[in-house]
Amino acid sequence: MVNKERIWELMEEVFDPEVPVLTIVDLGVVRDIEMVDDSWKITITPTYSGCPAMKRIEDDILEKLAENDVQNVSVDLVLSPAWTTDWLSENGKRKLKEYGIAPPVDEVDKSVLFAEPPTVPCPKCDSKHTKMVSQFGSTACKAHYQCQDCMEPFDYFKCLK
Amino acid sequence: MNTLFEYLVRLGDDSLILGHRLSEWCGHGPILEEDIAMTNIALDLVGQATSILKYAGEVEGRGRSEDDIAFLRFEREYRNALLVEQPNEDFGVTMMRQFLFDAYRKPLFEQLTKSSDAQLAAIAEKSLKETKYHLKHSAEWVIRLGDGTEESHNRVQNALNDLWRYTDELFFENEVDEDLRGKGVIFSSEELKASWSEVVEKVLEQATLSIPDNGWQHDGGRRGLHSEHLGYILAELQYMQRAYPGMEW
Repeated sequence: MVNKERIWELMEEVFDPEVPVLTIVDLGVVRDIEMVDDSWKITITPTYSGCPAMKRIEDDILEKLAENDVQNVSVDLVLSPAWTTDWLSENGKRKLKEYGIAPPVDEVDKSVLFAEPPTVPCPKCDSKHTKMVSQFGSTACKAHYQCQDCMEPFDYFKCLK
Repeated sequence: MNTLFEYLVRLGDDSLILGHRLSEWCGHGPILEEDIAMTNIALDLVGQATSILKYAGEVEGRGRSEDDIAFLRFEREYRNALLVEQPNEDFGVTMMRQFLFDAYRKPLFEQLTKSSDAQLAAIAEKSLKETKYHLKHSAEWVIRLGDGTEESHNRVQNALNDLWRYTDELFFENEVDEDLRGKGVIFSSEELKASWSEVVEKVLEQATLSIPDNGWQHDGGRRGLHSEHLGYILAELQYMQRAYPGMEW
């Protein structure tokens, strides 16, 4: 009989389809795991409303558990409390940088309008001399930056608060 | 009348139709970054529409899914504001339309995070975070184009002149709003309009643009009376489900 700890371990083996260096636990997408009436209920939350990876994540969770003979599983989607980049684990931030994606800079952008974009260090050479190319990058959760020293174009996992 | 259902359909249709409009830019953006930005925003909006219309289906209790509601209604059953169905035209028109809408959506979602309806509050909390990025993006473009060259200034000023007549409708109210306000589900549209005006005036001033003198305003979208453009949008949006009912990818 599997216990809750084992299910959490298995969730650490499910990767985000769009940022495959992160597990869904690193990303903070798994909210809760509980036993309800003899079946496991896995609660997940989307990073962005339109995140196209959610269906895939749900399927991957079911597949991973089925491979490990965990039966009677349901996956539930909740919106509240809304996901923010604070849910991203420290381990997750380190892995992002190693992968070449700048992790979210812990800086709350209070004014919506006319704020300077945050200073994001280059994930390759650590220079702070970088510029934002576009607020919107290759996926909903990323912005596009370029390093002005080593010229590396890179993705920034943008801060969502 | 199920007032909550009616309200959710307004909210969901605004996201759905504007999301569809923005998706038309896919592969046609003026620069690659803007192509990506507009489709990212479209994705957020369609994602919001999915959550909102799914909940609308639950509230209605007739077993309709979000897809049934999005794809299988007739034109008169859509409740989006006329603003969001207006054509993309050039990039300046698209950004002006987006700005007028984002400046309304942000304070609206701020209000709705305090809704007595827990699921609506959760949807608003989630959507607000995305909408802040949308507003920043569209406001900065309105300023850059308005305070740009003579050509860009004239184009966005014309866009503002054309689109201004659709803005009052964003604050449309009828018995639906009255009922829901009484239950603490939604809040004052006067405060909403005040927040909207504050941001709009500030940004337009910085963009050196002037609000048109002509105060005449359209409405109808919230009652299902649309401009001719919606029919063309629906023809494309609904084609697959109408031609191949129940089709899945």
